[in-house]
Amino acid sequence: MNKKEDKILLGHGSGGRLMHDLIENLFLKHFSNTILNEQTDAAILKVGSDEIAFTTDSFVIDPLFFPGGNIGKLAVCGTVNDLAVSGAEPLYLSVSMIIEEGFPMKDLETIVESLAAEAQKAGVKIVTGDTKVVNKGKCDKLFINTAGIGRVKKENRLVSKAMDILPGDVIIINGTIGDHGMAVMNARESFNFRTSVESDCASLNQLIREVLDQSPVKFMRDPTRGGVATALNELAYKIQLGIELDESALPVTNGVKAMCELLGFDPLHIANEGKVLMVASEKDGNAILEILKKNELGRKSSIIGRVVADHPGKVVLKNETGGRRIVDSLSGDQLPRIC
Amino acid sequence: MKYVDEYRKKDLILSISEKLKSVSNKEIVLMEVCGGHTMAIHRFGLHSLLPSNIKLISGPGCPVCVSSQHFIDTAMAYSKLSGVIITTYGDLIRVPGSTTSLEKERANGSDVRIIYSVLDALEIAKSNPEKSVVFLGIGFETTAPLTAAAILQAQKENIPNFFVLSAHKVMPPVMKALVNEGVKINGFIAPGHVSAITGTAIYDDLASVYKLGVVVSGFEPVDMMQSVLMLAEQLESVTPKVEVQYQRVVQHDGNKIAQQILEDVFDLRDDQWRGLGTIPKSGLKIRENLAAFDAEKHFQVEVPLSTEPKGCICGQILRGLKTPVDCRLFAKKCTPADPVGACMVSGEGTCATYYKYRS
Repeated sequence: MNKKEDKILLGHGSGGRLMHDLIENLFLKHFSNTILNEQTDAAILKVGSDEIAFTTDSFVIDPLFFPGGNIGKLAVCGTVNDLAVSGAEPLYLSVSMIIEEGFPMKDLETIVESLAAEAQKAGVKIVTGDTKVVNKGKCDKLFINTAGIGRVKKENRLVSKAMDILPGDVIIINGTIGDHGMAVMNARESFNFRTSVESDCASLNQLIREVLDQSPVKFMRDPTRGGVATALNELAYKIQLGIELDESALPVTNGVKAMCELLGFDPLHIANEGKVLMVASEKDGNAILEILKKNELGRKSSIIGRVVADHPGKVVLKNETGGRRIVDSLSGDQLPRIC
Repeated sequence: MKYVDEYRKKDLILSISEKLKSVSNKEIVLMEVCGGHTMAIHRFGLHSLLPSNIKLISGPGCPVCVSSQHFIDTAMAYSKLSGVIITTYGDLIRVPGSTTSLEKERANGSDVRIIYSVLDALEIAKSNPEKSVVFLGIGFETTAPLTAAAILQAQKENIPNFFVLSAHKVMPPVMKALVNEGVKINGFIAPGHVSAITGTAIYDDLASVYKLGVVVSGFEPVDMMQSVLMLAEQLESVTPKVEVQYQRVVQHDGNKIAQQILEDVFDLRDDQWRGLGTIPKSGLKIRENLAAFDAEKHFQVEVPLSTEPKGCICGQILRGLKTPVDCRLFAKKCTPADPVGACMVSGEGTCATYYKYRS
């Protein structure tokens, strides 16, 4: 941490730079091992001659219900996607609930039904779980943790490691950005924007599988908290190459664009829950784009930028008028509790 | 998106850029007063579209940036009182005070809430009758009417636990103060949203007495380029005047209702500006008859003598005397993630803008 904080700030959980510092300087410092140090979305573990991916995620979203989903659906998508972007085929999930005393049974039922429905849709089984109830006021309504494991195919085992990325490679996304964060924000704050912005919350494992089975992908990441900007900054830092984004190629719905203009947010910093960033060679990139576009979850896919030799470690956005700006990781807590 | 896309058209921007090359060969320095303008200039790369004889420098128009250290420290002192909820627009919570920030006080147990409209603060006051809700009022003539309306609403609905700590400011005195201080400029790009409220007469004496052109400008790249062109043309014709580029929003007389509300709620007072010191009649204080809603009247707090961060040159930057790259802390010790001065915190701050667009 640049300056040592003596208390946890909300920003430490935002997915941005503060959280990065916390992980680096506290968690990794004490937990350090070769698997964790890879810092991939899911850990890749060797069990006998097979490899499995293992990941966990906690969901504290407020409100629990939002346009396009609820905490239950999100808890499945989030973990399934972390496995999928690691090149794994998600198989089994655990679900742990921390419930506040007095929470309406009817709401819990709706949420559990969503968990079950999304698990079925994604083709994963919920095989274990845990339930805790805490006194009223000791947690906010409901928190859910899910963990998941999946099988890693040999040919996909390196996809989370960002190897062999070269200048000229393209960055692809499977659709519009910023929908989840803005939908949640609109549901939570009393803006009363009359907008159809909905969370993009979706399990991406089948979409990703279709791509991996047909085309080589050099890297994947789901741009959740901190948005596309943070995910790509981490990548640029890791590969020590630059990334150049083309503003006119960024898919953003008019609703999200308008909310961001009004509130002064950058869609690149807003969370997504049904998006995957892929890096591939230019030739494979065009093929991937075609595959993605055939799937409902990839209809608005676009090549949004490319890897460049200039400005190593930095992400730069160029706009139509010739302006260029650095796209930084999110700093601070722009939108707390969105997942 | 309507009202946005048409003002970001590349060919239109480039055609104004082309025209600017032939309109004047004088050395021209213009100050964009508003932080929103600074953002737009950098975001759309407008510096590179101006001929080399026209320079833009940033002015003191970012509300978060010009709020004095004493104001931040007072807000911090309120946040430590028991039974107080602080409500504020987002940026302010990360501004470093003399010793701490609202963000850190929140982690220490203070109740600090980010809101998007002052009316949200009223709602919080209504639903927490046992608490005192303090709204941190910052901004110029643009946001001050909203605060004023909230105070009048609180009076009407008889909400006794709603208070405002006003650091609201008005624009013209600081613009004149800068010129009096010797900042060398040839004209002002004036903030469009201020004039949407006040009208344009507030700048008349800048043209007539100070002989400086003023163009009230919108915030999109076409607006900004056109405003620069209008000022360059004025300088060629040697008749400084007040013109409105932002005609789709600004009327000559402004918004009379908002002006009346401002007058009903606030009096002018001498006010402190970060880096600029005290400027006569530049701040808005809540009128005596509404003192029941004035946080400064209601709470007694000891605020230690405020100190500005060491090495930080926000003050000179706000006066247009220096740019962020002249600061030895810039992008080293002072970054958006770990800001030293207020200009690095606000999205409209000159330092944050330079940082973001520093490639």
